Amino acid sequence: MKYMLLIYSNEAQWPAMTPEQQKQGLAAYTAFTEALNAAGVRVASDRLRPTTTATSVRIVNGETKVLDGPYAESKEQLGGFYMIDVPDLDTALSWAARCPGASYGTMEVRPIWEMY
Amino acid sequence: MLGDGGRLARETAETVARRSYGKLVAFLAARIRDVAGAEDALSDAFAAALDDWPLNGIPTRPEAWLLTVARRKMLDGVRRRRTAEDAQSHLRLMNELADTHEVPVPDERLGLMFACAHPSIDPAIRAPLILQTILGFDAAAIASAFLVAPATMSQRLVRAKTKIKEAGIPFHLPDADELAGRLDAVLGAIYATFSEGWADPEGTETRRRNMAEDGIWLGQLVASLMPKEPEALGLLALMLHAEARRGARRDAFGEYVPLAEQDPLSWNAELIEAAETLLFQAGAMGKIGRYQLEAAVQSAHVARGQTGRTDWAAIERLYGALEAITGSPVVAINRAIAIAEVDGAAEGLAVLDALSEDKRLADYQPYWAARAGLLARAGSRDEAAQAYDRAIGLEADPAVRRFLQKRQNSLARDAGEGLSITQPAASRTTPSAG
Repeated sequence: MKYMLLIYSNEAQWPAMTPEQQKQGLAAYTAFTEALNAAGVRVASDRLRPTTTATSVRIVNGETKVLDGPYAESKEQLGGFYMIDVPDLDTALSWAARCPGASYGTMEVRPIWEMY
Repeated sequence: MLGDGGRLARETAETVARRSYGKLVAFLAARIRDVAGAEDALSDAFAAALDDWPLNGIPTRPEAWLLTVARRKMLDGVRRRRTAEDAQSHLRLMNELADTHEVPVPDERLGLMFACAHPSIDPAIRAPLILQTILGFDAAAIASAFLVAPATMSQRLVRAKTKIKEAGIPFHLPDADELAGRLDAVLGAIYATFSEGWADPEGTETRRRNMAEDGIWLGQLVASLMPKEPEALGLLALMLHAEARRGARRDAFGEYVPLAEQDPLSWNAELIEAAETLLFQAGAMGKIGRYQLEAAVQSAHVARGQTGRTDWAAIERLYGALEAITGSPVVAINRAIAIAEVDGAAEGLAVLDALSEDKRLADYQPYWAARAGLLARAGSRDEAAQAYDRAIGLEADPAVRRFLQKRQNSLARDAGEGLSITQPAASRTTPSAG
């Protein structure tokens, strides 16, 4: 089964870190990604730029509305994702727990609803 | 119509359902990872049996017959759903369903229980889910036992089964590093089942009384499937101890009798002995846990039957250890009562005072009953009367209410009367046995 691991955290934390801490943070993610690769379970993954770069689009009464900012203002924001292919939820949860995001934010694990 | 043949078919089907329902659901559900689908297929198979058996005779192995039919129904279901599914997983399901011809049916109920008590399942629905999948209870029966509207219960059960299927919750024993935490959820759900039944002291509600038996039955099942898990044995010991005193909670006139005043001869010696044996086995494994400690408290109370006195110092130590593990204010209340017996009412009250900030206790009857008892004993009559008012107002059981009122009335007559140990019912949210 494919699962999406969504990384939610307070994006204000990153700019507040020292360059040394940022380097360490990135290295932790690289190691996690490598571990997923080695296990042969990583389907895709990437990081999202902060919500200050987000634009929302909606069509209201036939008119396209383009708005500055994310869909919802919240304390923690979606900052990145991993898509993995593993046998069951327990395996997905154990990978989610190893993701660096789990220790400073929240990992949301969602099964992929396969359409294609 | 078919007369005897029909009746015999129905009786055989009912016997198989009683004996093997959970086993068949567990086996089928594990193959397709779909509890609702397995239940539907099995219920179709039972319906088919009632049509087929009166005509063609009862098969020599009814379980295997039902399993074959249910499996065929599930394959039909998988074929129909295939549009939305990836061809490979479809083929895998077909293979898993077709390849297995085990007779007798392997027992995979434990795996099903772990799926039902998975951390990603709402804790409040775990015990009902186990009751339905392992014991075949219908939603209405579960709803009435758990005091929930049948439609609501049915909706929650459906939601939980959908989650099991769509989130890919596995039907197996978790790995060793996860086992302890997950086993706790399974044991917790079983204890909740038992407590629902035990909380009906009159035994008038058959359905709830049966739940206590079902809880013990599930506890025996887990203990027999995991004989090396001391907490599984500890839980069974705890339930058997409580069950042994089921009837002693009421006198001949239906009045409430607190544990301290029960006649040991009214306890079920056979159940107590079974509980003590289990607790001894669990203790020998050298891994203590909350159920063993709670069972040990029961054991200490029951020892009064032999020694004629209650070893409150031992009980206080056990509750201390239990409090360290659970951090539960309910345990702290029980420890306060034990401390009062050992060191005096003032010391016990000091422990209760330290809990008074806890908002959860504001409407918790045993807290106020304990407080009232200790205040009465310390000679603070007015405060005791007030605390009794709170306890009486919070009590749902009329017999316990009458008991508390009697104690409250006796305050005026005799301020120095002995402490009443209320016996907290094994409650749903905060199980603590009395």
